[in-house]
Amino acid sequence: MFYREAGQFKTGYADDMAVFPIRQDRIGIAVILAIAYVAVPMFGSPFFVSTIMIPMLILTMAAIGLNILTGYAGLISLGTGAFMGVGAYACFKLATAFPDVNVLVWVLASGFFSAAVGVVFGLPSLRIKGLYLAVATLAAQFFLQWCFVRVGWLTNYSSSGSIEAARRSLLGVQITGPGASETARYLCVLTLLVALTWIASNIVRGRIGRKWMMVRDMDIAAELMGVRLLPTKLLAFAVSSYFCGVAGAMLLFFHYGSMESIAFNIELSFQVLFMVIIGGLGSMIGSYLGAGFIAALPVVIKFAPQILGIELPSAVVDQVTVMIIGGLIIFFLIVEPHGFARLWQIGKQKLRVWPFPY
Amino acid sequence: MVLVEPFARMATNPAFLIQVIWEGFVSGVLYALIALGFVLIFKASGVFNFAQGIMVVFAALTLVGLHEAGVPAWVAVALALVVMYVLAVGVERIVLRPLVNQPDIILLMATIGLTRVLVGFGELVFGGEPKVMIASELGIPSGVWRIPLFDRVVVIKLIDLTAAIVAIVMVGGLAFFFSRTRIGRALRAVADDHQAALSVGISLEQIWVIVWFAAGLVALVTGIMWGARSDVSFALEIIALKALPVLILGGFTSVPGAIVGGLIIGIGEKIGEIYWGRLIGGGIESWLAYMIALLFLLFRPQGLFGEKIIERV
Repeated sequence: MFYREAGQFKTGYADDMAVFPIRQDRIGIAVILAIAYVAVPMFGSPFFVSTIMIPMLILTMAAIGLNILTGYAGLISLGTGAFMGVGAYACFKLATAFPDVNVLVWVLASGFFSAAVGVVFGLPSLRIKGLYLAVATLAAQFFLQWCFVRVGWLTNYSSSGSIEAARRSLLGVQITGPGASETARYLCVLTLLVALTWIASNIVRGRIGRKWMMVRDMDIAAELMGVRLLPTKLLAFAVSSYFCGVAGAMLLFFHYGSMESIAFNIELSFQVLFMVIIGGLGSMIGSYLGAGFIAALPVVIKFAPQILGIELPSAVVDQVTVMIIGGLIIFFLIVEPHGFARLWQIGKQKLRVWPFPY
Repeated sequence: MVLVEPFARMATNPAFLIQVIWEGFVSGVLYALIALGFVLIFKASGVFNFAQGIMVVFAALTLVGLHEAGVPAWVAVALALVVMYVLAVGVERIVLRPLVNQPDIILLMATIGLTRVLVGFGELVFGGEPKVMIASELGIPSGVWRIPLFDRVVVIKLIDLTAAIVAIVMVGGLAFFFSRTRIGRALRAVADDHQAALSVGISLEQIWVIVWFAAGLVALVTGIMWGARSDVSFALEIIALKALPVLILGGFTSVPGAIVGGLIIGIGEKIGEIYWGRLIGGGIESWLAYMIALLFLLFRPQGLFGEKIIERV
């Protein structure tokens, strides 16, 4: 009744190709943006904003990156964590070498370094795919992580081996480094994410995205129809790594403030992969839902026993969290292998015919 | 400099080179054992079992944990096998059966989820700290052999020798089991074609349980051997990732491939680390295996002994 597109006529090709062709969707997205930009900073507690919202949004960015590669182009990658690391280290180097340029510029620029590295490790994808390619990306994961530890130049020869976000400000408001308010950091992350999501969703709906999906669905047919495979696949690696790199840079500058190479380990890669799978392969909304789920779940599990009045040692809570996440992954794969995005679709369909079942 | 010096060092001290090769050989055997667990499951169900590494840890922890609880060593081994059997049945029932016919990546993800469950459960039950493997109780010798060679001494630990022998015996046994027995034939039938195997009356569920149990057995042996060399801890899980390049080298479906691949990776990375590693900063063991595998992929994508089923673009 409330979600019905009857009577919304399209009178031009531009209308037909709009991102949100249905009026209710446009209203919905406006409401969500209003909540994200106004309500969350105003009413959210500092803990909620800095511990849940910021990492969730950053990981969403990484999930979008991996979803472009795995969901749209069909290339499995286990090296997401390392590509995020490249972004973080590149941003650190750039921000320390050129302190006068605004840090947001460097966050966006660091993605290009990550993209270049991604292309190099994407090269084997012409000859191999599937699980074999996953191993090739694992090579990237371990090699890059080794570089982060052993190449002193990357950390400016810091004795602790960690990289730190310097104090930088935008329009007179400090946005990075120690002392930056969580609201300022949150708004930066949110703006970057919204802008890049808009770009990503336009890429995947357009000619390039179509090519990726052709390659994913049947590469030989795609080649016969004139899609050149190597440039298409490498572009997927480049765009995907760009998003991951920006996510890594944001993780350093807007979330942790100081990081060691160990943070970009294979666990991070898996975490992002979980988000993509649980959210739904080949779907932008799925990246958001999956990231929200995986990022919020440990926090929920941590505080649920306290609310219920059960006191557990923190080690036990951690172990139970690990177990529950593993179990939930299996559960979701069994119950809904197409992820939250599919549930979302089903929900929309139900709304469309509501109150009738068909 | 980087090209000449390591060879000069090899030539001037051959005994040390042999020592390095032996060390590489032993870790190669253990990589091969983990890869073997992967191959068994991949052959019979097409599932890429990411959880093999944690199964090694889990089996070893169960064994040590039971012994700490007062169970005699060999009874503990038997009980650990029972636990691995229960695990195999549980995995088949809960995870695999509902996921039949899903794409590879979904099955891979499911085993990654299984890894998490086992990590959490293992830490909950046995605690996170490293434990000492009950090597002497199981009759694994602990001495060393010193072999004089080229005016120097090559040291061979008896543990390593035992590990190599046990691995060879087990691989032989498995090869016999799979090629000569009824169940082995059924297993190969399932590997060839699930539906055809079903239609001639082979129980898919039963075969999967057997295969996962065999993988659990391999995991237990690997866990004992690896645990006897270092401690039993969750850090061992990382060695599972080393088995991936081994599989690439050997081919996903080949038992001999897993062994040869394991030896190549084990020896290659030890030599690389000792002779070349320090020239470029050390610690290259963490990625050398992957780079070897990656180079190899470019020339022979199906692996040394793999079937040519890899999808080429």
